[in-house]
Amino acid sequence: MAGLSSSGGSSLGRCSHAVVRALPDSLCQHALRIEKGKEVDFARAEREHQLYVGVLKNKLGLQVLELPADESLPDCVFVEDVAVVCEETALITRPGAPSRRKEVDAMKRALESLNLNIIEMTDENATLDGGDVLFTGREFFVGLSKRTNQRGAEILADTFKDYAVSTVPVYDSLHLKSFCSMAGPNLIAIGSTEAAQKALKTMQQMSDHRYDKLTVPDDAAANCIYLNIPGKGHVLLHRAPEEYPESAKVFEKLKDHMLIPIANTEMEKVDGLLTCCSVLINKTSEL
Amino acid sequence: MTTEVGPETEVKKESEQLEADAAKNKQDEATENQENQKSEKTVSEEAQGSPSPALGTQSSPSSQKKEKEPSEGKGISRFIPPWLKKQKSYSLVEPKDEAKKKPVEEGETVEERECQLPGEVVQPKGSVEEATIESEREAKAEDKEEKHSVSSAETQPAKEDNKEIEVEKVADEQEEKQKAEENRETKEVQTAEINMEKVPQKAPKKIKTVQCKVMLLDGTEFSCDIEKRAKGQVLFDKVCEQLNLLEKDYFGLLFQDNSDQKNWLDSSKEIKRQIRSLPWLFTFNVKFYPPDPSQLTEDITRYFLCLQLRQDIASGRLPCSFVTHALLGSYTLQAELGDYDPEEHNNDYISEFQFAPNQTKEMEEKVVELHKTHRGLTPAQADSHFLENAKRLSMYGVDLHHAKDSEGVDIMLGVCANGLLIYKDRLRINRFAWPKILKISYKRSNFYIKVRPTEQEQFESTIGFKLPNHRAAKRLWKVCVEHHTFYRLISPEQPPKAKFLTLGSKFRYSGRTQAQTRQASNLIDRPAPYFERTSSKRVSRSLDGAPVGIIDQSLLRDFSAATVGPAGDMVFDGEAVGQTKLRDGEGRDEDGSPTKISQLELTQDEKNNSLRVDGGNIYVRHSNLMLEDLDKTQDDLLKHQASISELKRNFMESTPEPRPNEWEKRRITPLSLQTQGKIGDHIFQRKRLPVKENQWTAVTWITKAKTEETYKKLASRAEGLCAGPSNADKSSHETLNVVEEKKQAEVGIEETVVIEELNRGKMQAVTDAGETRKVEHLSKKDSSSLSSDSSSSSESEDEVVGEYQPHYRVAKDTIREEQEENEDAKGKEERATKTIQSEETVQEGSKIKVTVEHNQITAKALAQENAVAIKVGEKNVMEEEKQDLRAEDEQLRINGDVSHVDIDVVPEIICCSEPPVVKTEMVTISDATQRTEISTKEVPIVQTETKTITYESPQFDGSAGGDAGVLLSAQTITSESVSTTTTTHITKTVKGGVSETRIEKRIVITGDADIDHDQALAQAIKEAKEQHPDMSVTRVVVHKETELAEEGEE
Repeated sequence: MAGLSSSGGSSLGRCSHAVVRALPDSLCQHALRIEKGKEVDFARAEREHQLYVGVLKNKLGLQVLELPADESLPDCVFVEDVAVVCEETALITRPGAPSRRKEVDAMKRALESLNLNIIEMTDENATLDGGDVLFTGREFFVGLSKRTNQRGAEILADTFKDYAVSTVPVYDSLHLKSFCSMAGPNLIAIGSTEAAQKALKTMQQMSDHRYDKLTVPDDAAANCIYLNIPGKGHVLLHRAPEEYPESAKVFEKLKDHMLIPIANTEMEKVDGLLTCCSVLINKTSEL
Repeated sequence: MTTEVGPETEVKKESEQLEADAAKNKQDEATENQENQKSEKTVSEEAQGSPSPALGTQSSPSSQKKEKEPSEGKGISRFIPPWLKKQKSYSLVEPKDEAKKKPVEEGETVEERECQLPGEVVQPKGSVEEATIESEREAKAEDKEEKHSVSSAETQPAKEDNKEIEVEKVADEQEEKQKAEENRETKEVQTAEINMEKVPQKAPKKIKTVQCKVMLLDGTEFSCDIEKRAKGQVLFDKVCEQLNLLEKDYFGLLFQDNSDQKNWLDSSKEIKRQIRSLPWLFTFNVKFYPPDPSQLTEDITRYFLCLQLRQDIASGRLPCSFVTHALLGSYTLQAELGDYDPEEHNNDYISEFQFAPNQTKEMEEKVVELHKTHRGLTPAQADSHFLENAKRLSMYGVDLHHAKDSEGVDIMLGVCANGLLIYKDRLRINRFAWPKILKISYKRSNFYIKVRPTEQEQFESTIGFKLPNHRAAKRLWKVCVEHHTFYRLISPEQPPKAKFLTLGSKFRYSGRTQAQTRQASNLIDRPAPYFERTSSKRVSRSLDGAPVGIIDQSLLRDFSAATVGPAGDMVFDGEAVGQTKLRDGEGRDEDGSPTKISQLELTQDEKNNSLRVDGGNIYVRHSNLMLEDLDKTQDDLLKHQASISELKRNFMESTPEPRPNEWEKRRITPLSLQTQGKIGDHIFQRKRLPVKENQWTAVTWITKAKTEETYKKLASRAEGLCAGPSNADKSSHETLNVVEEKKQAEVGIEETVVIEELNRGKMQAVTDAGETRKVEHLSKKDSSSLSSDSSSSSESEDEVVGEYQPHYRVAKDTIREEQEENEDAKGKEERATKTIQSEETVQEGSKIKVTVEHNQITAKALAQENAVAIKVGEKNVMEEEKQDLRAEDEQLRINGDVSHVDIDVVPEIICCSEPPVVKTEMVTISDATQRTEISTKEVPIVQTETKTITYESPQFDGSAGGDAGVLLSAQTITSESVSTTTTTHITKTVKGGVSETRIEKRIVITGDADIDHDQALAQAIKEAKEQHPDMSVTRVVVHKETELAEEGEE
């Protein structure tokens, strides 16, 4: 039986499928980025991505749908932004960056193949990046950022009517999840910057639930992937100690979690974090 | 119905002291009463053959509630000088008499009389019993007094509603009966007497009745005749009786006004006055959605909640996703139809159900698909599953109101168990938990909330919303008051009394709070009532799966006819009517005895509740808290406030925050500094009440230390007791708040601000209430225990909800204790009445002691203030009585160890209700008393001297004064030894990349003079240094409270 009963806080992270997408060569030169920085080492980026997919597929046993890259869509590897999946329902977003709007097509087909209820965001006044959507297992927080607007959040609320959808202003970062994510049921990983802490306060005020927080020194490291895999329990994919040693130490204090450090140095140069590169889906039945 | 009761009540009150006699009489009368009751209650009850007490309970489920109120009134009356009492009673009586006098209308009237009579009979009993109880209570515990006072307050506003009061009294009586069978007998006797009295009165009076139609949740219509002047409670109780619903506090009656807006029928007011010219049409609805339906005691309650939610979902009020619609629909099918049967359940079987506003074929298919998976679930289990899913919906229990924000943008305000939610379209754009809200008010069509300042802010902010019209604003305000009270308080606040000045709305939630109703329902011990589900008409099963027997409908009909006297007038919708009858009748008819028992039990519960409710303290609090600014009185209010505001401010500022965390703040800023330094106005007040303040401060300080400890204990208990998911959530939230508060404390300024707010709120409340109110409050407060009073008064008086919240914790704790105390009191009462059933637990005894202590404290405070001698005298008497009643141990404490009482009791009390606020309120009250000279009771107080000395290292200020930084973690550890209690707060913060760990230890050294405090302090500091060698001591605050003299008469 689907429904709320399976969507409580404890079921957060349940996952059977994942959708990922290969990175195109155009990523290095044309991917959107907040600020110019070091050039992306494509080979290394690919290796890191393969490692990432390998963990999902081999280590965690997820069924991974790997979409082919599209050279005309330099940001297509960041599949998170184009779909929000909760339970059996998938919202195909309307990404805030016009250059990314076509990324949704492949995703839509992939999700349809999984028999999810597909909702498309067709309102031309609406924009929403999945990176601005934090689902805690109990409710949604939607960051209002350069990429996501009020209308997009409203449509998300209309799509997932069971849940409260609260908006959180995001100023300095690309996305809401640029500095936070769920690190466990009821546990929010949050960066230490003022903006991150302010956003957390907003979320705490807006919520009827009390979340524990895991504060890490680095905002980017606060973006991690929590999974609850049958037989493996709490699994946390977090940034490698080589990248963020201090933050990694914080994660390492999570005794109940199976910790999997993953390097993401290259993708981060184009504002890509761990959650950006996959859409996680829990198919409980074929109903 | 109750018109006659009024005089009786008076008699009862007077006869409180005569309890013993009354009891004797009761016994004699008991037989008579029983007879009367039986006849009145009609054949059905008689058929049950249950003892008269049972009958009484049955007849007055509603009356029980009412009883509570009256009892409260009595309690107040106790405290209040006799002449005041008489006034109240008379006023009450007169209206009642009038109502009775009104010509009864023919057959219907007769029928009503019958129905009423049982109630009336019960009521008189109740009044007598109450009176006795009250006297007992007074003697026994302050809590009781508080409750009583509350009731009195209620009664006063409801002057016109003497009937209800009487009913309540009756209910109390019933409860008492239930509690002790022995007691019951006596009570019955009493009731009989009363009945006798009433009956003659009634006979001459004629009652006008009106036919009410109530739409029930299953879509059927229930009609009954009701006295034209009846209060909402009468009708509501009738409906609940019809539904066989015991856990009725979650429900209410709605009526539609001319603009199609739905309003809740106020059970404490006359129906006629609320609906005016509108038709007497009502809808029975869930009013307070239980956050955790699994904590409801009875399946039948869950069933009605399910019916409500199905309506909510089908109408779109409760939005769900497709999947949830299907899932909930499938549970509905399982509950209504049982296991899926392919033969019986063809494709059409689902079409009669509506699962969603826009039900599609696809959805129906999904519903059927899921229905098949529920095989084996009983209806009750299916309902439970339904509720478990429904309760998680984000809009579950959210009462939405259209509004505009300050910029004219359309928004929705959602009132729910946890606070106020602000929606724009479907998005939640803000949320104000009850603890964050200091005050709720409305003015014209504007609705305001005053919000506690955040960490970054120094002052509270008021947020205004524009409602469509004045009525909408008031409606929203009332809903907020009710929700806050129901979910957040342990017991309801007393509505402000309208004596001389009537400023703002007197409206308060007068029903049980969630905590109370939970406790009450825990006592429900009837066999699971049988009820038929609407569509299937199958007999319901309890969760146990025990099949319900089929009831002989003829019996039921008889019952309904007999019971419902006016049944003939009732409009039955074919089967529906019959079903309803069956429901009511089933329980009763099937096993007359079991049913009766259950009813009796209920009565007991209600009694407990009533006692709790009686805690007038709460009421007092509320009255001030929720200010309602009426347009008419706006100017007056302003003026009044202006004049009083200064006093209040001074007072308020001086008052420490009730929160346990405050102690930290105080460390930073010594109490004395805070009080004196912050506001110049303070001085003014100080001058007036120097003694008071000193005491207060001292108490506060001690309280802080002790409070924390107690607090924790209480909190844990409270949480447990209150139970409920919501509570858990709240507690967690509160924890968060604490942390934040700590930060604030570091900042220092913020703390002060908070306190000021609190003070202001109190001030305002006081102001609003006017001196008159103050006087009332004073009387109430006097009667009530300090802790409860203080918290309650502060809340009520202050318009500020925020105070409520902080109090909240305290309140919960207090409530628990209060409840316990109440129980104790009840027990005591019973004992007194019936020569005691020695069954009372030790705990009760201890609790009682606590209560007593509270009283003493109050008395002391009052004494210091040089309250009116007369009042004092009364109090003394009261106390003496109490003492007598109390156990020897208690007496020892009171008489012998005054000092002990002060030290020990004060902290405890404080813990119960939030100490600082309480004390402040106390002070306020005393002031008011002095001014008006109306204070009811004034007991001599032991004067204490308070000294606060702060040693501070220069470093500290810098760190403390700077940014609070980011709080990484906060931890509180409490340890106790014989004479010392150590509370350690460890906070880790990050400021500008530098992490700082601050350990604050609060060491409370309690003891007599033979303890060397200086040595103990030195030892404590030494230990602290040893434990944390790498840390430096930045501040030492010594707060000393010593007794100066004993003035108490105790």
